[in-house]
Amino acid sequence: MTVVDKTATLTRKDPGRHADRLFWALCVSAGLAVLVILGLILASMLQQALPALTKEFFTSSTWVPNDPDEAGPLHPQYGSLTFLYGTVIVSVIALLVAVPVSIGIALFLTELAPRRVRGSVVLLIDLLAAVPSVVFGLWGILVAAPALVPVYEWLHDTLGGIPVVGSLFGETVTSGRNFMTAGLIVAIMIIPIITSISREVFATVPNSDKQAAYALGATRWEMIKGAVLPHSFGGVVGAVILGLGRAMGETIAVALVIGSAVQITPNLFQSGYALPAVIVNLFGEASGDLRASLIGMGVVLFLLTVAVNLLARVVVRRAEIRMKGAGA
Amino acid sequence: MNRIVLSRRVLAGVAVAALALAGCSSKDDPATDPSASANAGGVAALTGELKGSGASFPNTYYQEVITQLKDEAKGLTVTYNSIGSGAGKKEFGQGLTDFAGTDSSVKDTDGVAAGSFLYVPTVAAPITVSYNVKGLDKLQLSADTLAKIFQREIKVWNAPEIATDNPGVTLPATAITVAHRGDASGTTSNFTKYLAAAAPTTWKLGSGDTVAWAADTQAGQKNTGVAQLIKAADGGIGYVDLADATDSGLKFASIKNKDGQFVAPTLEGATAALAGAEIKDDLSYNPLNAAGAAAYPITAPTYILVKPKYDDPKKAALVKAFVKYVLTDGKALAAELHYAVLPAELQAKALAQLDKIS
Repeated sequence: MTVVDKTATLTRKDPGRHADRLFWALCVSAGLAVLVILGLILASMLQQALPALTKEFFTSSTWVPNDPDEAGPLHPQYGSLTFLYGTVIVSVIALLVAVPVSIGIALFLTELAPRRVRGSVVLLIDLLAAVPSVVFGLWGILVAAPALVPVYEWLHDTLGGIPVVGSLFGETVTSGRNFMTAGLIVAIMIIPIITSISREVFATVPNSDKQAAYALGATRWEMIKGAVLPHSFGGVVGAVILGLGRAMGETIAVALVIGSAVQITPNLFQSGYALPAVIVNLFGEASGDLRASLIGMGVVLFLLTVAVNLLARVVVRRAEIRMKGAGA
Repeated sequence: MNRIVLSRRVLAGVAVAALALAGCSSKDDPATDPSASANAGGVAALTGELKGSGASFPNTYYQEVITQLKDEAKGLTVTYNSIGSGAGKKEFGQGLTDFAGTDSSVKDTDGVAAGSFLYVPTVAAPITVSYNVKGLDKLQLSADTLAKIFQREIKVWNAPEIATDNPGVTLPATAITVAHRGDASGTTSNFTKYLAAAAPTTWKLGSGDTVAWAADTQAGQKNTGVAQLIKAADGGIGYVDLADATDSGLKFASIKNKDGQFVAPTLEGATAALAGAEIKDDLSYNPLNAAGAAAYPITAPTYILVKPKYDDPKKAALVKAFVKYVLTDGKALAAELHYAVLPAELQAKALAQLDKIS
C-alpha cells in the first residue's frame, strides 16, 4: 500500500516540475513581450521619422505644411512645439479638473456612501468609461462648446482684467472650440479611470488604521487626512498618471473640439492644436516629409509619456520615503 | 407544448421570409435582365474581384456606381476604400490594390514609380465658397477678394473690396468668420491651388492638402464639419464641396472666372471648366481657373490610376471593363450625386486611354 502511494506521488511530482518551468517561461516571455513590442514600436517610428527629426522640429513652432512641389513663396517647415504645447495645456486642464473630482468621488464611495448608493454610483461611473471617445467629441462640438461660450465670456469679463492671470482668460473663440473645452471633455473621460483605481486603493487601507484614528478622537476628515490619504498616496499618484496618459493620448475627442489652430497662446479660450489631433487629421493624405514629421510627433508623444511616468515614479518613491521616515 | 408553439411560429416566419425573398427576386429579375443585356459591353458575364482605394472626394460616386454594377454583374466584386489620395497611391504603388482613386497628380514621393500608371479622369466637382450672412442672399467674389478673406486681411463683410465686387448691394458690418478643413484634404489642395493660380500676388499661404492658416480661423472635420461651422456663425464663410453644401442648405458665392464673368457653382459650370482646361498628353489636367465664359473656376478633378500592364490578363480585362463602366453607364448617376461628368471630347480620350491597358 505505502509503496504504491509513494510511486504515485513521485510520478505526480515530475510533470509538476515541468509545468512549473513552463509557467515560469510563459510569464517571463509575457513580460519580455511588452519590452520587445515597445522597443520595436520606438525603433520603427524613429526609423520612419528620421528625415524629419531635425533641430527645428523640436525647437521651432513654425508649421508650414505646404505641398513642396506646388508654386508658392513658402518652404515647408515642420516645427512640433505648438502641438506639444497644446497637448500639455489640455492635459494640465484635464488633470486640474479631474483629480479633485475623482478623489472626491472615490472617498465618497469608500468612506461616506451608504452601501445601496455605492453600487449604482460605481455602475454609472463605469458606464462613463465605456462611452466611445468620438461620442464625447461630437457631444463636445454640438452641445458643450456652444453652451460654454457664454460661460467663457463671463469668465473673460470678470477675470480678464487681472494682471498675469487675466491673460489666461482672454477673448473667446466664437465656436467655443478651444483648449478649455478640450481640457474639460478630456477631464470627463479620465474621471472614471482615476476614480475606479483610487477607490480600489482607498479600500486597501487597513480598518485598524482608521479605527485607531477614530480612537484618538479624529473627526472623519482628520481620519481621511491622517490614515487614508498617506496610506494610499502612491496608488493615487499611479491612478493620476494613468489618467494623464489617457489625457495626453486622447485623439478623436480632442481633434474635434480643440479647434485646430496652430498657435501658442496663454489664452485658454483660443483654439489650439495637440499632438495626437494633428496626427489623426493629417496622416491620411500625408506623404514625404510631412508624413515623417507626423511620425516624429508620435515619437515626441511617446517620449513625453515615458518622461511623465519616470517623473511620477520619482515622486512616489520620495513621498514613500518621507512617509516611512515620519512613521518611524 | 410551448416548444411546439414556438417552432410553429418559427416555421411560419421562415415561410413568410422565403415568400418575401422569392417575391423580391422574381420582381427584380425582369428589371435587371434587360438593362444588363442593354449594356452591350457584356458586363453581366464578368466574374472576379477588383480592389481599389484612395480619394474620398469621388467616394460617393464610385460606391453608387459599384452598387449598380453589382446588380448587373453578380459575379464581379469591386471594393473601393476611401482612405485618402495619398494612402491610396501608396497602396497602389505597393501592388496591394488593382486601381487607385486620386485627386492629385502623382509625385516622386508618392511611392508609385513613373511609367507604372495611367491617369483616367472620371468625374469632376465644383468646390463652393459657401457663406452665411444674414440679409445677404447674393454674393460675388473675385479671386483677390477671396484670397484676402481667407488670409484674414479682410475681416468685415462691408469691406471696400467686397463692395467693389458687389455693386449696388448693401453689405452688413458683420465680422467675417473663416472656416477651413482641419483634416488634410484634396479639397483644401484644390482650393489653395486655385487661389495661388488666380491671385498669385495676393495669396501668400501657398497650396497643399493643408496649409498654415491664420490662427483666428476655425477648422472643421471633413466637408460637413466646415458646413456646420459656417452655419453656426453669422458672417461665416468657407469652402465646401457642392454635395455637402447643398445638403446643408448653404448659400454659394459666384466666383469671377478667368474671362471676368461671375459664375455660380453648378455642374454645368464645372463641365465647362473641364472643356476649357488644357489637357496634357497623359490626360492629367488642371481645371482650376480654366478659361471659358461659363466655366466655374474652382473645379476639382479626380482620376482613377490604373496600371498599363497587369500580371494577370484577366485582371486587366476586369479593370478595363470596370473603368469603362464608370465612364459610360455610371455617368447617369453623377448628376444627382452632385458630380459633373466629363465633356464628350475628354470622355473619348479617357476611353482611348483604357486601350493602353494590357
